[in-house]
Amino acid sequence: MNINELTIKECYDGLKKGDFTSVELTQACLAQIKKRNKELNAFISVFEKEALVEAERADEMIKSGKQQILTGIPFCVKDSISTKDGLSTAAAKILSNYVPPFDATVIRKIREQGAVLIGKNNCDTFGHGASNENSMYGPVKNPHDIKRVSGGSSGGTAVAIADNMAIFGIAEDTGGSIRQPAAFCGVVGLRPSYGINSRFGVMPMASSFDTVGPITKSVTDAKIIQEIIAGQDFLDATTVEVKNKKLKVKNKKLKVGIPQEYFEIEGIDEEVKKIIENKIKEISKNKDLEIVSVSLPMTKYAIPVYYIIVSSEDSSNLARIDAIRYGERKEGSDLYNVYAQSRAEGMNEEVKRRIMIGTCALSADYYDISFRKAQKVRTLIIQDFEKVFQEVDLLITPTTPTPAFKLGEKKDDILSMYLADIFVSPAAVAGLPAISIPVGLTKKKLPVGMQIIGSRLEDEKLLSFSNLIINY
Amino acid sequence: MKLTLKEIEKIATLARLNLSAEEKKMYTEQLSVIFDYIEMLNEVNTDQVSETYQVTGLKDVVREDEVAFWEEEDKQKLINNFPDKMGNLLKVKAVFDNNDE
Repeated sequence: MNINELTIKECYDGLKKGDFTSVELTQACLAQIKKRNKELNAFISVFEKEALVEAERADEMIKSGKQQILTGIPFCVKDSISTKDGLSTAAAKILSNYVPPFDATVIRKIREQGAVLIGKNNCDTFGHGASNENSMYGPVKNPHDIKRVSGGSSGGTAVAIADNMAIFGIAEDTGGSIRQPAAFCGVVGLRPSYGINSRFGVMPMASSFDTVGPITKSVTDAKIIQEIIAGQDFLDATTVEVKNKKLKVKNKKLKVGIPQEYFEIEGIDEEVKKIIENKIKEISKNKDLEIVSVSLPMTKYAIPVYYIIVSSEDSSNLARIDAIRYGERKEGSDLYNVYAQSRAEGMNEEVKRRIMIGTCALSADYYDISFRKAQKVRTLIIQDFEKVFQEVDLLITPTTPTPAFKLGEKKDDILSMYLADIFVSPAAVAGLPAISIPVGLTKKKLPVGMQIIGSRLEDEKLLSFSNLIINY
Repeated sequence: MKLTLKEIEKIATLARLNLSAEEKKMYTEQLSVIFDYIEMLNEVNTDQVSETYQVTGLKDVVREDEVAFWEEEDKQKLINNFPDKMGNLLKVKAVFDNNDE
């Protein structure tokens, strides 16, 4: 086994015992990037020189007895998250030269431990997509079959971890952008509860949905990262204080709900369904668990609600991307045309489509029938979940209705592309924590992800019990 | 719901996007499909339901508005990101039109 294939926990032990150094670990990851990135396109920037300097510094820390859990461990970050002095483009041409002079809060916390930033990952431009085919830097390929998509929008980060180009990754999930590519690539992806992790320095997409979380090789690793990056931040007014709650189950046994709607949806792949059902059957043998069937009747409305609200918040957030204070500015006859031309050339088809949908939904003629209506239905989706969580501790569903699809397969069918997020968007609409865990392979050797959803702000319970379920 | 080309042009102007003729045509068709699709929300009775604009329940989050210290080096990095500048000043096109009386 090569050292770049290790988990965080294993790297920590290896560094501590002196089995290898951070420089060696970093070199192993860099070598893997050199070997594979040309084909997979998971990185937009690789900070080779800087990473090796950081690794040397980490080795010093370890030698002098100052090792923390992430010291000397190479990680990668989605390109829509700001990293100090490192190009951060969000895969958008309009930000092709943007170098932030600060770290996002979550990145600062990780780097303070002495973790080594190895590079920035390709993604759908500004996070708009479910396949990573909407990147202005080209699509990311799935390492399990390079003719297939990585999933999106955090495709590059999921591929980097699946292909051992870094030990862990940090990405962003608005409606499924961590969980869906994690499922397609066979790694663990965590969307924390909305408001638990600071989003300062994360390029915004939809402010009432956006979350930052880890993509890792194990549930334990996700838990390690989440414990480090969580916490209230005065730079993000939407962060909430979470009191350390004791892990408590609702009844004597841990009760897990299986929402029937997720298994009956049109277009669900039979093999995916079977793998998830078999896994549920397997874990139901655990005497500490009780599995019950539940109903979430509003599930089918999550996608239209999601796309209207997200596009609306998106169109408003992306108004700041105007090439005035930073970014690639284009010539125009007057100020209006400087804005309109820079945006037209620096953004791609999908980003412009979302801006158009959102601007339309927020315009006087459409506001009540689209944006406002969607916000009301959102309330009902949340109530659906609240009702179910009075009964059960966790929910189990497939992460995606199908395994990774072929590149180009859904390109001309926007609605079918949007439906790839059908199982991941409901939790996002309600601000709930959810994790995708790899649970098997199809006959074509494509990974299948199982999603576990927790109730709001009970991330610790979600992570602890995910480990219990997966290790059973 | 059929959107017209004129509506699309108005939305593009509001959104500050110079679109080509093909793009306008494409978005006219696609937005019509999407707004047709979201009509399924009308199946849901929301007469007695209020909107959820955010999920945290937080209200009026305030903090002191204080000047934060920035290293000279970091200030220069911000300025280096300016697409066009004169000295340390950001250069932009005129905001007001002088000919407009």
